[in-house]
Amino acid sequence: MTRLKAGGPAIAKQGILVAFIVFMIVFSLMSDRFLSADNMMSVFRQSAIIGVMALGVTIVVIGGNLDLSVGSMLSFATVLVVDLHDKIGPELAIPVMVLATLCLGAVNGFLIGVLRLNSLIVTLGMLSVIQGLVLIYSGGQNVDIADQRGTWFAIFGRGAVFGIATPIIIFGALALLFHVIMSMTAFGRRVYAVGGNPTASVFSGIPRSQVVFTTYLISALCVAIAAIILGSRVMGSQNTVGQGYELQVLAAVILGGTSLLGGAGSILKTVLGVLMLAFIQNGLILMGQPYYTQWLVTWVVIIVAVWLDVAAKRGRLFSPIA
Amino acid sequence: MSRLNDISVLRWLMRNPIWGFVLLIFVFFSLSADNFFDYRNFQNILVQTSTIGIIALGMTLVMINGNIDLSVGATLALAAAFAVDVQSWAAFATWGNWQILPAVCIALLVGILMGAINGFIVWKTGVDAFIVTLGAMLGIRGLVFVYTGESSFFATNFAYSDFSALSLGPLPVLAVIFLLCVMVVHWLLSRTVHGRNTYAVGGNREAAVNAGIRVGPHMILNFMIIGFLAALSGVLLSTQMGAATPNLGRDYELWVITAVVLGGTKLTGGKGDIIGTFGGVLAIGIMRNGMNLMQVPAFYVLVIIGAILIAVLFLDKRFNTSNDGGLRL
Repeated sequence: MTRLKAGGPAIAKQGILVAFIVFMIVFSLMSDRFLSADNMMSVFRQSAIIGVMALGVTIVVIGGNLDLSVGSMLSFATVLVVDLHDKIGPELAIPVMVLATLCLGAVNGFLIGVLRLNSLIVTLGMLSVIQGLVLIYSGGQNVDIADQRGTWFAIFGRGAVFGIATPIIIFGALALLFHVIMSMTAFGRRVYAVGGNPTASVFSGIPRSQVVFTTYLISALCVAIAAIILGSRVMGSQNTVGQGYELQVLAAVILGGTSLLGGAGSILKTVLGVLMLAFIQNGLILMGQPYYTQWLVTWVVIIVAVWLDVAAKRGRLFSPIA
Repeated sequence: MSRLNDISVLRWLMRNPIWGFVLLIFVFFSLSADNFFDYRNFQNILVQTSTIGIIALGMTLVMINGNIDLSVGATLALAAAFAVDVQSWAAFATWGNWQILPAVCIALLVGILMGAINGFIVWKTGVDAFIVTLGAMLGIRGLVFVYTGESSFFATNFAYSDFSALSLGPLPVLAVIFLLCVMVVHWLLSRTVHGRNTYAVGGNREAAVNAGIRVGPHMILNFMIIGFLAALSGVLLSTQMGAATPNLGRDYELWVITAVVLGGTKLTGGKGDIIGTFGGVLAIGIMRNGMNLMQVPAFYVLVIIGAILIAVLFLDKRFNTSNDGGLRL
């Protein structure tokens, strides 16, 4: 694809990568422990939940839509899987929860893909609806698992395979899987096409409704997997555990360079965005800064990263708007 | 038969369906909830909705202009923290009740400044307002924590917390301020050059530029107005509590956007008005209040308001496509 003014140095197009490397160098100079294997592993593990959700949201956003309901959907799925764990056992609780979460995704997909309603408002409404459902289901009580040591459910959040924590493996495997799907399959190409130019995609015979519907199913599936990790790690859940996650996830996706207009973005860069936010948080804490400093840094980083991206595309730094 | 009148009322309701809905739930709760149809309760509803309502007025301007502001909840918290803290600065120790004045002024200025920063970034960088204000939502919340050091501030001057209990004639002073804001912003949007240009820029930016309208200054002004209103809302909220907590106003942006969209303002810009937004705010306020009186758990209110939001969007799509050549929502 050639743009009218494809000017700007090539490095500006890799803004996120450059920023990532700069941050890594600064943090490793400022703190000895930052680059240690232990610290790296713990950052990877902590970022897995937001990361898995961000993979699904990336696909939705590439398809030209938004998903603000992932936060309360995470509360829903976590409460459900933790609550059902003691009632019907983990081997049934997991599939029931995944199915229920997929149903919520299907509602999103139907309203946005089939009825073509505005995705921001629909998922904003769903955010509220799902949060209400969680509270009704749990009656306002927090839930937890009674036998925390004896259950094999612990493997997803607390276990490790070959010395690598399971959440990292799940996040890594899903990232690879979705990267392959988005860059090598017909479905992936269709998502890009639908997000890039919906009208053209319909005229080229792409089933737009079906593609958008599927992106929301994928997003819900990612939330369900994130919920398994979270529920297994905490062995319990608050009703509002996912509150505010939607915007953090979106921040990571945007930082990864995915355009909110749709049609552009990549799974691997989203992983970079997720890791960058996690490393900023971790690095600042290791430097002895209070935890809320990360929000100030994130503010600047998000705007500068997207600004450079936009500037590289239009070939000039400042917007020409009068 | 006043058929003509019937039609014009019907047409007005078709254009402002939210007021039909407000009427409907008003009648419903009057009949089914004890204590709903009561002057004191109406005062309550106005005071309860004033916090979200005042911000929603600003959000209407910003959204008609084709932008959005997700940082209002954080701005509210920052302004509330300043309003409560500055009163107790040593410099104003001998001012008596006048120490409230510089505190409120500084809080409002901080709100305007935050809005100006957002507007300036949107204008100069050309980054989407959604992204800019999403960043600001995190960043300004960070400023709140830096400023307060994670602790709550309490107003030491009791005149400050007594303010919200005052009445101006038949109405509580908070309701009066809210209604005043509604009228001023309505006037601004419907009777001034800035209001007209706000519609023009949001409706078709290219055409607005070609018509010689300077897009940037109008965007900045609207962001400053919403910053001011969010700060005002924060000040009023802190007078109600006599305190400011760092987590004040979380998720308010979502409620505000819900109210504005219920009122018929389009996210894509160029469409909407204050009368609709006022209806949207009242709809949420009446629903919350009425269901509370009927002892429905607050959880159900979340489900119902979310469902109504989606239903409104659906109905709007079904019925509004014909008369304006395709809805762009």
